[in-house]
Amino acid sequence: MAEGWLQIGLFVVVLVALTKPVGIYMARVFTGRPVFLSRLLWPIERFAYRVLRVRPEEGQGWKEYARSLIVFSLVFWIALYLILRTQGVQPFNPQGFNSAPWDVNFNTTSSFVTNTNWQYYGGEATMTYFSQMAGLAVQNFVSAAVGIAVVVALIRGIVARSGRAIGNFWEDLVRTLLYILLPLSILGALFLVSQGVIQNLGHYQAIHTLTGGQQVLAQGPVASQEAIKELGTNGGGFFNVNSAFPFENPSGLTNFVELLLILVIPAGLTYAYGRMVGSQRQGWAIFSAMFVLFVAGVVVVYMAEQHGSPAQHAAGLHTAAFDGSTGGNMVGKDQRFGIADSSLWTAVTTVTSCGAVNAAFESLTGIGGAVPFINLGFSEVVFGGVGAGLYSMLLYVLLAVFIGGLMVGRTPEYLGKKIQAREIKLVSLGVLFTPLTVLLSAGIASAAPIAKQSIYAGTNPTGFSETLYAYLSQANNNGSAFAGYTGFVQPHAPGNVGAHGLSFTDLLGGVVMLGARFAPILFVLAVAGALAGKKVSPPGLGTMRTDNPTFVFLLVGIVILVGALTFFPAILLGPVANGLSGRLF
Amino acid sequence: MKRDLLTSLLTVVVLTLVLGLAYPLVITGIAQVVFPGRANGSKVSFDGKVVGSKLIGQEFKGRAYFHSRPSATEYSGDVTFFGNAGPNSAELRDAIRANLTAFIKREKPCDRSLRREQVPVDAVTESASGVDPQISEANARIQSHRVAAVRGLPLARVEELISDHTDGRSLGVFGEPGVNVLQLNIALEEAAPLQ
Repeated sequence: MAEGWLQIGLFVVVLVALTKPVGIYMARVFTGRPVFLSRLLWPIERFAYRVLRVRPEEGQGWKEYARSLIVFSLVFWIALYLILRTQGVQPFNPQGFNSAPWDVNFNTTSSFVTNTNWQYYGGEATMTYFSQMAGLAVQNFVSAAVGIAVVVALIRGIVARSGRAIGNFWEDLVRTLLYILLPLSILGALFLVSQGVIQNLGHYQAIHTLTGGQQVLAQGPVASQEAIKELGTNGGGFFNVNSAFPFENPSGLTNFVELLLILVIPAGLTYAYGRMVGSQRQGWAIFSAMFVLFVAGVVVVYMAEQHGSPAQHAAGLHTAAFDGSTGGNMVGKDQRFGIADSSLWTAVTTVTSCGAVNAAFESLTGIGGAVPFINLGFSEVVFGGVGAGLYSMLLYVLLAVFIGGLMVGRTPEYLGKKIQAREIKLVSLGVLFTPLTVLLSAGIASAAPIAKQSIYAGTNPTGFSETLYAYLSQANNNGSAFAGYTGFVQPHAPGNVGAHGLSFTDLLGGVVMLGARFAPILFVLAVAGALAGKKVSPPGLGTMRTDNPTFVFLLVGIVILVGALTFFPAILLGPVANGLSGRLF
Repeated sequence: MKRDLLTSLLTVVVLTLVLGLAYPLVITGIAQVVFPGRANGSKVSFDGKVVGSKLIGQEFKGRAYFHSRPSATEYSGDVTFFGNAGPNSAELRDAIRANLTAFIKREKPCDRSLRREQVPVDAVTESASGVDPQISEANARIQSHRVAAVRGLPLARVEELISDHTDGRSLGVFGEPGVNVLQLNIALEEAAPLQ
């Protein structure tokens, strides 16, 4: 296991080292200051504002900001749905694929517009290159930029000196895409191609194998999509088996780089936050709270997976590592990643709202599989999705300030702004909306006879895990899956011939994703608006500090408390029942 | 509202052109010029003919080849899916037990000292991708006895071929070492062709 811990350790070190430079860069972008790319990109930015008829110097109040965001997302939803519905007649379709059923398209569209990338379809068997590039990958950029815009607006609300504007949505969108997501994606894509990730527009290739068999190799513009899929914490695989497929993720090195792409923006944002509120310690405090919860998850998954599963042991298989063998639970894991990299990925993809996978979640051990549940149960505040993670965590910060204030009997204040009834109401709604959506939808889906056909594992803890995880993942805009759960019945043949959707599952999931993405965004923007109008009072003796270990401890405690109180009973019935009983079903 | 709608429509058009077409097509162009082999799937040839990709595993049967890992998809390269066997699944137990028995039955005649606890996990479990191109070094070592015997090669020569086709950890650190089965079998065919 020493080599495994070394890799995990190295990853953590590189991540921490990148947090500062990336954070500084992003803070400059968000505050409109020049960066080293400005000379090149500034003319393009000006041009974009002219073409799009945007006046960036016009500040927006929270309602106008929210309206622009909602209208924009709605228009994009319609555009993507139309692209997916009509893919059969579009170019870049060498395999002649038809469109997927309408209900699956509804789910997929809602999924990509909300940065979820939950997939009831298998990419290489369902989507044309046009749908992948011009439909899904565009949303990977855009939905990520929307998340980042919202957190930037919230930060402006926190630091505003009694104004009401929280920025301009269009400006935030354009700058985020142009200065952050596009340059990093280009770099990432070119690196991935150089390591063997494919990038072409050709026909799938039929090959006579060495022993005279037949194998068809799917092709496509994969690297360009892979880069933004990780960077935007989207997670929707070009291929059905996502980053486990060697054409998406061919080696230990690409695996390492893809993991960094997933976390670099969410981690960097905490530093950018510190810079924008004028106190680096505030940023590191939030980073620390996230970091503790992240590392704890990695350790648990790795140890549980290295131990092996009850089914392996019952079969008489020895799961200890020895020279030349990784040992552990290799069911649903590829050799080049082994146990350590698969475990690290499992934690990274579920603390962020990425949801890309390089191993089969449903085959994780009970306890190893409980970690993704718990990470999602924390509502994606441990780094979280790009932007979404930090704005959700800031809601928890305000909650912690409020609870801390009650405990010591002082008026709660955060960075000089009083936290009052209106803010706390909005914060509570924002914090509780997603968990309640999960419990409600998972409850309905477990009880409704019509949803039974979506379950693969049958009536047992694994089957329950599938259902609960499906709605946890969709509501938290994650997109990883206990992949037996399905809303799409497709014969094992490409092109959507004879395929049909499971409407109940598709529609429920789509509505859950849309609701749990946009309702919290509205609450967050409302908080931003409420805070923007407040005067800043200088810190006094009675001010509770929010940049020291005590506060980090309080914050971690509250995140755990809310997550545990909400989800503990449900998680017990699924993965924990598997992990503790060792019974086979 | 009207202005938001207009800007949104314009944005959809512009971003679809820039991010949806220009970006992937430019990357494709660069990739095809600078890394044509890799961008098209890292193909490998035998006897002048393309026989597969070094990144995508193949199924091998018979006693003259190194065998790849079990696969839920029969090594499909265009319809991929996970096996999705749960950790507490009785079916999974039965499948692993059957794989274990078959593995020992296949290898034991040529490797008399083989015991059940020496069978590496990768040899009897399905991978994630369904097309895992690699097996563990321990797995290859066990199979080398059979392949050497069937092909009439000295064991040392087969072990040499294995180490030639073992991919170490990237940069010496990242990932797990593994033996590329397709490339190893191609090398075997070149070293000692089957009649």
